[in-house]
Amino acid sequence: MDHSRRQICLRAACGIGALLSGSVINAQGQTKKVAKERVIKIQAKKFVYTPNEIVLKTGEPVVLEFTSVDFVHGFKIPDMNIRADLPPGKVTQVRLTPDKAGEYDFLCDNFCGSGHEEMSGKITVTG
Amino acid sequence: MMDRRSFMKLTAVGGGAVFISGLYGQAQAATAGKAASAYDDFYFVQLSDVHWGYSGAANPDALNTFKKTVATVNALEVQPDFIIFTGDLTHTTDDPKERRKRMAEFKEIAAGLKVKTVRFIPGEHDASLDNGAAFKENFGPTNYVFDHKGVHFIALDNVSDPGASIGDAQLDWLKNDLAKQAKDARIVVFTHRPLFDLVPKWDWATRDGDKAIALLTPYSNVTVFYGHIHQENHHMTGQIAHHAAKSLIFPLPAPGSQDKRTPLPWDAAAPNNGLGFREVEAERKDSDYKITEFPVTRT
Repeated sequence: MDHSRRQICLRAACGIGALLSGSVINAQGQTKKVAKERVIKIQAKKFVYTPNEIVLKTGEPVVLEFTSVDFVHGFKIPDMNIRADLPPGKVTQVRLTPDKAGEYDFLCDNFCGSGHEEMSGKITVTG
Repeated sequence: MMDRRSFMKLTAVGGGAVFISGLYGQAQAATAGKAASAYDDFYFVQLSDVHWGYSGAANPDALNTFKKTVATVNALEVQPDFIIFTGDLTHTTDDPKERRKRMAEFKEIAAGLKVKTVRFIPGEHDASLDNGAAFKENFGPTNYVFDHKGVHFIALDNVSDPGASIGDAQLDWLKNDLAKQAKDARIVVFTHRPLFDLVPKWDWATRDGDKAIALLTPYSNVTVFYGHIHQENHHMTGQIAHHAAKSLIFPLPAPGSQDKRTPLPWDAAAPNNGLGFREVEAERKDSDYKITEFPVTRT
């Protein structure tokens, strides 16, 4: 798998709260501005992601913030080499900065039941 | 999809299309009694994706399709040495009791097969919601090996993990089993999902399938038969041939041909369209597998 072909940032939920606020305080106590990341909340529930159509801009850092209701769904964007398990009872954050316009399908890749095959969506990245 | 192998032939004979796949040179090695053992002519039948318990518009005749297929297999002039079901014997249900009921009904119908050597592997519909518990109760282990007339068969489980992983423990088991085989041994792998990334956006893949392929690649005569995608498909990874089988419930669209992998519409005028099973013949003289596709019913 070519993990280098896309600049992708996928991190666990811990340790990113300051970034979400749009600023960080360095060791000298100075406040430094950082690029704000747009947070997109997504619910994962048998057998649908809500929302399941997401529009992003090229170069825009975003955090996809998942809440799973009923199962350890699996979030996967095959063409970005991104995937994450989404255990219920906690928020799972997936950070990414798309670098190329286009349409990117995502799906649940943990078999979750009779509607699993329909649990999918699309990210559209505009130029 | 037929690709990269100029020596594969497709021709229409008898009950359906015949597809020749294999590696030349193995027969000579076997005949000469070298590393690989000699094998006799034989054939087996592959049935896949019965989805017993399915109810829906994609197959209003679902209660009869499997029974008709059993009758068709029983009517084959020469009975196969064995039959393999490559997963999704039953359609998934969240209810463990209903899952076991469907498996019991499936077994009752399968018991009508004349051939009594019948082997099973699970699909994700059978095994992913309980990590294979109900399947094991009804059909035994989810991964195993056996030898038949000089061919080494390996059944791999890539569905008991809902994330479609084979898992490190099973990969170690595979590695140890392969270590006992000659590099030119004739090896057939049965699995449910494709081991390679066929269409990842449709979940037509195995998360660590590349590791299994890496273990199999040093062996010069490996063929994989699988299900899951509800249609005939032929693909090569290196020298390994992968053959997907039709289903016995509803056909799915060609790989990646549309946005969603929704079942193809049922055709009342041709209710078994796109469904069927296959014979796989291992011939001693040329080391090829002759694959013959059959419809649910033959007229």
